[in-house]
Amino acid sequence: MAEAEEQMVKLTIDGIEVEARSSETILEVAQRLKIDIPTLCFYRFVKPYGACRMCSVEVTIHGKSRFVPACSYQVRDGIEVQTRSEGVINHRRMLLELMLARHSQVPVIRELAREYGVDTTRFEEMPSEGCILCGLCVRVCSEIVGANALTFVKRGTDRYVSTPFEGESDTCIACGACAYVCPTNYVKVEDVRSRKYVFSELALGPTTPIHIPFAAAIPGIPYIDAQTCIHMQTGGCGICSIVCEPDAVDYEMQDSFEEMEVGGIILATGYKTFDPARAKQLGYGKFDNVITSLEFEHLSHASGPTEGKFVRADGTEPKSVAILHCVGSRDKNFNEYCSRVCCMYSLKMAHLIREKVPDAEIYELYIDMRCPGSGYEEFYNRLLEEGVHFIRGKGVEVSDRPSNPWAKPIAGGTAEKNGQLFVRCEDTLLGVPRELPVDMVILSVGIEPAEGVEGVARVFKISSKADGFFMERHPKLAPVDTLSDGIFVAGCAQSPKDIPDSVAQGAAAASAAMSLIDAGEVTLEPITSVVDEDVCTGCKTCLLVCPFGAIARDEEKRVAVINDALCKGCGCCVAACPSGAITQRGFDDIQIEAELAALLTS
Amino acid sequence: MAEVTTAEKSSAKAADQAAPFEPKIIGFLCWWCSYAASDMAGTSRLKYPPNVSIIRVMCTSRVDPAFILRAFAEGADGVLVAGCHPGQCHYVSGNYKTAARIGLLKKTLSQLGIEDDRLRTEWISAGEIYKFAEVMSDVTEKVRKLGPLNWRENFEPK
Repeated sequence: MAEAEEQMVKLTIDGIEVEARSSETILEVAQRLKIDIPTLCFYRFVKPYGACRMCSVEVTIHGKSRFVPACSYQVRDGIEVQTRSEGVINHRRMLLELMLARHSQVPVIRELAREYGVDTTRFEEMPSEGCILCGLCVRVCSEIVGANALTFVKRGTDRYVSTPFEGESDTCIACGACAYVCPTNYVKVEDVRSRKYVFSELALGPTTPIHIPFAAAIPGIPYIDAQTCIHMQTGGCGICSIVCEPDAVDYEMQDSFEEMEVGGIILATGYKTFDPARAKQLGYGKFDNVITSLEFEHLSHASGPTEGKFVRADGTEPKSVAILHCVGSRDKNFNEYCSRVCCMYSLKMAHLIREKVPDAEIYELYIDMRCPGSGYEEFYNRLLEEGVHFIRGKGVEVSDRPSNPWAKPIAGGTAEKNGQLFVRCEDTLLGVPRELPVDMVILSVGIEPAEGVEGVARVFKISSKADGFFMERHPKLAPVDTLSDGIFVAGCAQSPKDIPDSVAQGAAAASAAMSLIDAGEVTLEPITSVVDEDVCTGCKTCLLVCPFGAIARDEEKRVAVINDALCKGCGCCVAACPSGAITQRGFDDIQIEAELAALLTS
Repeated sequence: MAEVTTAEKSSAKAADQAAPFEPKIIGFLCWWCSYAASDMAGTSRLKYPPNVSIIRVMCTSRVDPAFILRAFAEGADGVLVAGCHPGQCHYVSGNYKTAARIGLLKKTLSQLGIEDDRLRTEWISAGEIYKFAEVMSDVTEKVRKLGPLNWRENFEPK
């Protein structure tokens, strides 16, 4: 059979002579020649079914001609195919007339009928609900997805597609493949529970299990989310590996560990944002319309869940927005340091909101505006002119009810409506407490060291500052080096910083690492330990204490020998040596005792 | 029986004089953590008493117990040994060795009648500059309270 598939046959389609593999169908050959054959029940990746007969063509073989469905008819040597002969057209018109009798309301059918000049039907009309019984959904569900959640029920004119026993299917995985292939959009996947926008869930927008993480991802290669991939979870589907021509999809791929020998290491472990749920008074996680700056970023992005529309959880447009600065930063309860980037991105958010909702009231609640940087102050001035309200005072509480429910709404404030929020703050310039009724609250969350940096610091034997960020060798003179030679830091791993600063420090760390590698040799510190062979008794005490295995015993001379290249110069063997035979260069007993004497006699 | 401190034993009651007693303290600081912390504390302009004179060692495990005894013998009123936190030693396990050695030395010192507070070990990482300043103040205050050690008068054979 396999050999037969390889055979090449010659045939003519609409007068064009072509060569084709004998395993191909007429439809495949015609599609290759860009000859249009209408189909309804055909889909590349499921087996041809021949149900709709719309693809019927006239095949002449040995002088006899007949109508066959192009989708399932395999080519043979010497056949002559007519895709638009009078007979074929009449055949299709008849089919369309029959279909019109049942599906006159289905746009796809009406469109096709109009194309073939069929307006009315001679047959008794028995309007359907829109399903043309092509069986694509049933076949996709069983052949590709493997869920077998759909089936035909009954026969003849009573036939229809349903889940077993017409109930909510147990085997349906809600992948939506049936709705995707349905030519008439009759099959729809519906969420049976009513749901709202959940910003954190929709953060990156709806996506397929195989996708490129985000528009500007590097490398821009798709990956498969094993948690949602039908193939990974059920063994079905696998459509991505079928459509991928270079055969790059590999479901067997596993995480692997690779060992590399390197001459320098740059630690750029980045940051994580402050979790605002820790600041309970701000209502994050409690109120739907309190979102973080990062969620706003996803929301306002053109490829985000709302395609860039700035909306509240119920889908309406917010008319007033409060942006709360310093959430988790400059706060003794959380992090005392300034996260440096929030002032600027808060200004940017206000600018974007102004663009999307021109008449919105935007409030920036800040402690201090910190806009140092090229062009930053100018941007701040621009925002001042865009009519953004700057209130100097930290937003302290977000509530869903006003503190005084009998008070009249503040002028400009909207009447109480669903999801209305009240932000409390002290306007320190006016010296009065204020309460702002707003539709939405955005929390400008600060920067924290990335998850697991303590472990990284331990592995590389570098220090962290009190706030958890990696410590540089010297804050002014060695800002990318660390106390461990060959280990460098860059970006937010060292301290919160914006993109220009991170790029600059990254480049500096790279060149520092390069200069170390380029030199080709490493200068060792001259502080290694030495053994006085005349005094050493060969007791091996030093061998036990050396953490680097730098000391060996010369069995011939019966003395300890120190390998200079391995010795890191901690000096613990010197303190341990019972006979005083070991000294550390630069730190020998006489030197330290001289230091002691000098310090104590002064 | 009330404990007789080394200060009470000594004849010179400097504490009664107008000038307060300024103890002399020797601090052995490891280069990677505590010495770096002292550096950072300096660049951060933290204030702490100047009584601790620092001797830099690469690792606290270089500190021979003999150095500590010699420091006391040559006139120090207290000794501070400060290194990396357990598990964070730049030389893998130096601070554990130090902890063991100091533990033994403290027993010897107590037998001699030298108060526990005169010898102190602290683990201060390079980032803990506030802890560093705090330890420096605390060790100074504690030794100041104990008064001068006066090794020559109290411990050396006449």
